[in-house]
Amino acid sequence: MNWVTKLYYKLQRSWKAVRLYLVLAGPGLVVMIADNDAGGITTYASTGAKYEYYLIWFLIILGPVAYYVQEMTVRLGAVTKRGHAEAIFDGFGAFWGWFSLLDLFLVDWLTLVTEFVGMTSALAIFGIPPWATVAGVCGLMGFMVVNGRYWTWEKISMAFCALNLIYIPGAFMVHPQVSDVLSHGIVPNFPGGFNGELFFFLMANIGTTIAPWMLFFQQSSVVDKGLKEKDIKFGKFDTALGAFATVVVAIAIVIVTGTVLKGVNIDDAAQASKLIMETHRYAGEFMAIGLFDAGLLGAICISLASSWAFGEVFGWAHSLNNKIKEAPWFYVFYFFALITAGLVVLIPGAPLVLITLFVQVVAVTLLPAALVFLILLLNDKETMGDKVNSPWENFINISIVAVIIVLSTLYAISTLFPTLFN
Amino acid sequence: MSIKHAIGSMVHDNVEKVRAINKRYATPRLVMSPAVRVALLCLRIYLLLLVGLLGYKFFTVVMS
Repeated sequence: MNWVTKLYYKLQRSWKAVRLYLVLAGPGLVVMIADNDAGGITTYASTGAKYEYYLIWFLIILGPVAYYVQEMTVRLGAVTKRGHAEAIFDGFGAFWGWFSLLDLFLVDWLTLVTEFVGMTSALAIFGIPPWATVAGVCGLMGFMVVNGRYWTWEKISMAFCALNLIYIPGAFMVHPQVSDVLSHGIVPNFPGGFNGELFFFLMANIGTTIAPWMLFFQQSSVVDKGLKEKDIKFGKFDTALGAFATVVVAIAIVIVTGTVLKGVNIDDAAQASKLIMETHRYAGEFMAIGLFDAGLLGAICISLASSWAFGEVFGWAHSLNNKIKEAPWFYVFYFFALITAGLVVLIPGAPLVLITLFVQVVAVTLLPAALVFLILLLNDKETMGDKVNSPWENFINISIVAVIIVLSTLYAISTLFPTLFN
Repeated sequence: MSIKHAIGSMVHDNVEKVRAINKRYATPRLVMSPAVRVALLCLRIYLLLLVGLLGYKFFTVVMS
């Protein structure tokens, strides 16, 4: 009977761990799935249409890349109980602190505009006017935070994360040849040879995988949720699960456009949805619903990333567990960014394409700094104690960060000078 | 209290807050080892180059 007792004990422990994870789950899943925001969906849709399944291997590699970078924010947040903005001010002084904070606000606000562009164009497919989309989104996001509970906000966000998985059934609806997906997609290759255009697509995919707001958001989210050092392993698992989900969704989008829109040049995901609807109505509608959801998830996270960062530095009450009366500046900032970004989309003739391109350029003025600060802070033994980066983690993280910095910079430069790599 | 006075007071409070933040974080807490110094120097150079490129692009677009 001894083995029965042992098995029972092990099962009980596993169940306890699962229940504990369900309590602690959230920041990693939300940030990773929100990584597939409106801009990301467009990038994946264009990649699939241009290169069919041939770049799936690259998306698979990007999963661990995103995990390793974001995992550092979990440790830093859980150990220091500080958000990334405050950690930069404290570790590197006021100059780098202000640079990061103001740059973050600019990047976040511009990205928020692109999320609204994605959401309005997605719902326009179903006949909903842009003003109604903007008003509805602002109302919904207001409802999510006014409850004054982090838990409520997080669970609603996770419901939208679940909706983001709509791309997976969409991929099955277009009946791809599984043998083609596996034989073309899994083995690393450069379709048509390594040329300027392919390089641009690889850089665009990297650019959508790691964004500055993700670092700030997850660290602040870990702090607001109250994760402790003992919870780090759950935070890491949460992040890994999110990274897995985000890669699966990206692959599903590539499969949809790679099957239905082979060789078509895609400018945005809404255009892809309309084209898919001509032959596969439901798959196209799923694509449009997914695009709206991706924009909404991006908006939810990005608007909070800025509010948290300013709250940390200015010393305002800045928790979702605070009611509006208790943290007025935090919520004023949140709604200010949200409403102004929404209104920009409604301005007739607003330079939305220019804004979308500009986001990539401005993002690389912040991303390298945020990543370098992250690595340096994770190597500060005085702060991190035994949670400091190991030599192996340093090797992986420094390699990843170096590649991200080089490629995302080249991507930004190629956005500024489009003929450079042709 | 007039709106003008309220706005003036708010601006004054925030300027004071910014000063306090600058004072609080005047000295970086991280030990400035050679590796940290090199990393920060590289960042400054990188940002200067990037801002230079942005300026060049802006200038050429405006001139054309």
